[in-house]
Amino acid sequence: MNTLFSYLFSAIPLGITLLYGCVGEILTEKVGHLNLGIPGIMCVGGAGGALAIKLLRDSGLPPFLIVVIAILVSFLCGALMGAIYSLLTVTLKANQNVTGLAMTTFGVGVMKFIMAKISTITAAPGYLYALDYFRFPFAHTTNALKYFGVMLYLGILIAIAATFVLNKTRVGLHLRAIGENPAAADAVGINVTAYKYLATCIGSGIAAMGGLFYIMDYGGSPESYKTIESLGWLAVALVIFAIWKPLVSILGSVLFGLLYLAGSYVPGLFGINISLAQSELLKLLPYVVTILVLIITSVSKKRENQPPAALGLPYFREER
Amino acid sequence: MNKPVALEMKKVSKYFGSLAANRDVDLTVYRGEILAILGENGCGKTTLMNMIAGIYYPDHGTISVDGQEVIIKSPKDAFDHGIGMIHQHFKLVDLFTAAENIVLGVQGEDRYNIKEVNRRVKEISEKYGFHIDPKKKIYEMSVSEKQTVEIIKVLYRGADILILDEPSAVLTPQETDRLFEVLRRMREDGKSILIITHKLHEVLSISDRVAVLRKGEHIATVETATTSAAELTEMMVGKKVELNIDRPEPKNVCDRLEIKGLNMTDADGIKVLDDITFTARAGEILGIAGIAGSGQRELLEAIAGLKELDSGTVTFNRPKKNLPVSFYHKTFDEVTALAAEGKFHYEDGTPVDFTGMSHSQIKELVNSEKVLFNEDDIINLRDKTPIQIRELGVRLSFVPEDRLGMGLVGNMDIVDNMMLRSYRKGPSLFVDRKKPKDLAQKIVHDLEVATPNTHTPVRRLSGGNVQKVLVGREIAASPTVLMAAYPVRGLDINSSYTIYRLLTEQKEKGVSVIFVGEDLDVLVELCDRIMVICAGRITGILDGKNATKEEIGLLMTKTYTNNDTSEQAKEGEADEN
Repeated sequence: MNTLFSYLFSAIPLGITLLYGCVGEILTEKVGHLNLGIPGIMCVGGAGGALAIKLLRDSGLPPFLIVVIAILVSFLCGALMGAIYSLLTVTLKANQNVTGLAMTTFGVGVMKFIMAKISTITAAPGYLYALDYFRFPFAHTTNALKYFGVMLYLGILIAIAATFVLNKTRVGLHLRAIGENPAAADAVGINVTAYKYLATCIGSGIAAMGGLFYIMDYGGSPESYKTIESLGWLAVALVIFAIWKPLVSILGSVLFGLLYLAGSYVPGLFGINISLAQSELLKLLPYVVTILVLIITSVSKKRENQPPAALGLPYFREER
Repeated sequence: MNKPVALEMKKVSKYFGSLAANRDVDLTVYRGEILAILGENGCGKTTLMNMIAGIYYPDHGTISVDGQEVIIKSPKDAFDHGIGMIHQHFKLVDLFTAAENIVLGVQGEDRYNIKEVNRRVKEISEKYGFHIDPKKKIYEMSVSEKQTVEIIKVLYRGADILILDEPSAVLTPQETDRLFEVLRRMREDGKSILIITHKLHEVLSISDRVAVLRKGEHIATVETATTSAAELTEMMVGKKVELNIDRPEPKNVCDRLEIKGLNMTDADGIKVLDDITFTARAGEILGIAGIAGSGQRELLEAIAGLKELDSGTVTFNRPKKNLPVSFYHKTFDEVTALAAEGKFHYEDGTPVDFTGMSHSQIKELVNSEKVLFNEDDIINLRDKTPIQIRELGVRLSFVPEDRLGMGLVGNMDIVDNMMLRSYRKGPSLFVDRKKPKDLAQKIVHDLEVATPNTHTPVRRLSGGNVQKVLVGREIAASPTVLMAAYPVRGLDINSSYTIYRLLTEQKEKGVSVIFVGEDLDVLVELCDRIMVICAGRITGILDGKNATKEEIGLLMTKTYTNNDTSEQAKEGEADEN
C-alpha cells in the first residue's frame, strides 16, 4: 500500500510538470504554431525562477512573496522566449520547426549557463533553500512532503481556465478560428498577428512555469534541472494525446506520469525484479500511448479531434 | 429613378505592376437596387469590388458612401460603412458552427453568448427566407448552405450594401432561383446589391441596371429593361482587334485524339464535365474557349491522366497504316508475335508470313522497311497514369496553367527541370545529365529565355521566361498531342507571340494542338477550330476562320434550360486577375 501511495505522489506531480508544458503548447498550436521550443522554454523558465529565488535569498521578503515573484519571473522568461519565437515565425515567417528546435537548443544552453553560475561545486545551489516555500502554507514545515506543492494546484487551475477561455469566450473563438483558417479570421477583421503573438507568448509563459515547478517542487535536488528537457518533449507528445483539449490534458498528464514512472514502481507493487535498463525502457510507454492515440484519431477521422487545420503553415495575407 | 445614392466611385484606378486592373472607373449604386457587374474574365470586375470591400486599396480615385467620401483600407472599414462582400471562395472555419462563423470577429459590448447569436441568426434567416440551422457545422454543409452562411455573416454585421462575387457559379438552377428570391426580398428591404456575373440570362432576370466592364474600363451602365443579350455581349467583348497571327492552312489532317462522353464530378459532388465529346486532329490547333472554371482544366487533366473520370472514353489514334514496322517495334519477339496475328502486309498489299524464315532473314526484311502495318493503332488512354501513357508510346505533352505548381519545380534550375521528363531514361543507375543540359542550353538559346545561366532556379525567372522553359521542354519531347492551358497568361506581347509561333510550328509538324485560351481575339486568329464550353458542357464547335467574337461570347454564356440537364459549374482555381 505504501508503494502505491508513493507511486501516486511521484507520478501526479511529474504529470503536472507535463501539464504546464502541454497547456502552453496547446495555446500556441490553437493559433496554428507548432512550437517545438517548449522544452527549451521550460528550461529557461526553471532557470529564471531559480535565479530569482537565489537573488531574493537575503532580501528578507516573506516566503509567499518570494514564491509569487519566482513564478512571475519564470512566466516572463517564457513569454520572452515566446516573443522571440513569434518574431521569427509570425512576423518573419521562418519555418516553425526549425525555429522551435533552435529555441530548444538555445533554452537548454541558457539554463545550463545560469545553473552553473548559481551552483557551486562545494555548496548546495543557492535556490534550494526555498523548496519548502513552494508547499502550503508557504513556509518551512517539518511535514512538508505530506502535501502537494502550490504550483500543482496552480497548474490544474490554469488548465481549467484555458479550457474556459478557448471554448466560452470571444477571444477563444478568435484564437481557434485563426488556427483553423487564418484567412477567414482576417477577412472578418480579426488581428491575426496580434492574436498569434498573444497566444504564443502566454502559452510559452505557462510552459516555462512547468520548468520552475519541476525543480522547486517535484525534483528538489541540485541535479533535477538536467531532466527538464526530456520532460519538455513528453509535454509536446501529451498535446497530441490530449487531442488539443486542456481539460483532457489534466487526466493525460497524470496518466503520462504514471506510465513514465511505471518502471520504478510497478515491479515493486507486484514483487517483480527488473533491471535498471528495463525500467528505462518502460519510460517509452507514454510515447507508445501517444502513437496509439494518433492511430485511433486518424482512423476515426472525427474532425473535432484533428490538429488545427492551419497548424505549421505561415499566413500570408495577399496571395496573388 | 429617384432612389438615394448609396455608393459612388469616381475615377477609381488600380494597377498591379504595370498592368491596369481598373482604369478611371465611375460607378453609382442606389439604395434598393440590384446592380449587375458584367464582363469577361480578367476585365477587372473582382478587383473593382475588392476595392469597395477593403481587400485592395485604389491607387487613384475616390469612393463615397451616402455622399460622404470614405477611406476603406480593410474589410473592417468596409463593414463599418455597411459594406459586405460574399467572396467566390468562401472564407469559413470548417470546424465551427454556422453561428460561430457568423459572430466571428464581431466586437460586441455584451458578453459572448452563443445562444443569443443562434437566436439572432434565426431571426435574420426568417426575415429574408433563408433555410439554415445555426448549430450545423460548416463541414457538414452543402455549397449553397455555406453561401447562405456567408450572406448572413454580412447581414449580421448590419451591412446594407452587399457584393456577391459570382454567387450562382457553385449553385444548381434551383438553388440559384432560391438565392435570387432572397436577393429580391433584400432589395425590397432597401439594401443595395452588387452582383458580379457573366451569365447574361441571370443579369436579365435579376438586375435593375447593368454596368459593363471591359479590360479594366467601365464601358456603360444601362437599365436592364431597355437592353438585350445581344447588346450586352457586344459591349462585353468589344470590337474585333486585328492581331495578325499567322495561321497556315492545316495539312494532312487526320483524327488523333477521340474523346467520347466524358463525365466528371469533383470532390464536392458538383458536375464539372458533362458529356464532353470531340475529336482533336493532327495538324490542327483546336481552341477551347469558355469562362474560366467551366471545366477546361479538368478536361485537360483528365486527358493527361491526372484526374479520374466517371464515364467516357479517351482514345488515341496512332497513325501506322502503311508505315514500316521497323519505325515502331524494335524487338524481334514483338514483331514476330504481331506478324503471327496477321497485322502486316508488304508494299504490294500481300499479307506477311514469316513462317520458314530464319531469324536474320526476318530482321533484314523488317529493317528494309518493306513490311508495313495494316491498321492504325487505337490506344485507350482512359484511367492510365501519365507514366503508363508514356509507356504506351503516346507522346502527350501538357503545359498546365499552373506553371510553377504542376509544370516546373520552382526551386530547381532549368537543367533539373528538363530532367523531370528524362530521368527514367537510360540503363545507368545514375541520371544522364548531359542531354538535359544540352536541351536546356538549346531552349535558352532558341527561345531567347532571359536567364543568367541554365543553373538559375526557375522561380527567379519572369513569367514569360518560365513559360518558354516549360513549353520548350514539352515541345522537345516531340509530342503527337500538345495541350496548353492559358499558355500566354501573364505574358507580355512579345512572349505571347513567341508562344503562338511555337504552337503553329507544332501544328505544321503534324502535331494535334489543343489550346485553352481566354483572349477571344487570339482564339479567333490562331485556332483552326474553336470549341466553346460552358459549365462543363460543349455549347458549340466553330470553324476558326468564320467564327466571330460575339458568337463565341454568346456560346460561352449559353445555358441549358431543359430539365434533364443541370448547369452546375464549379469555378475552379480560375482567378479573375
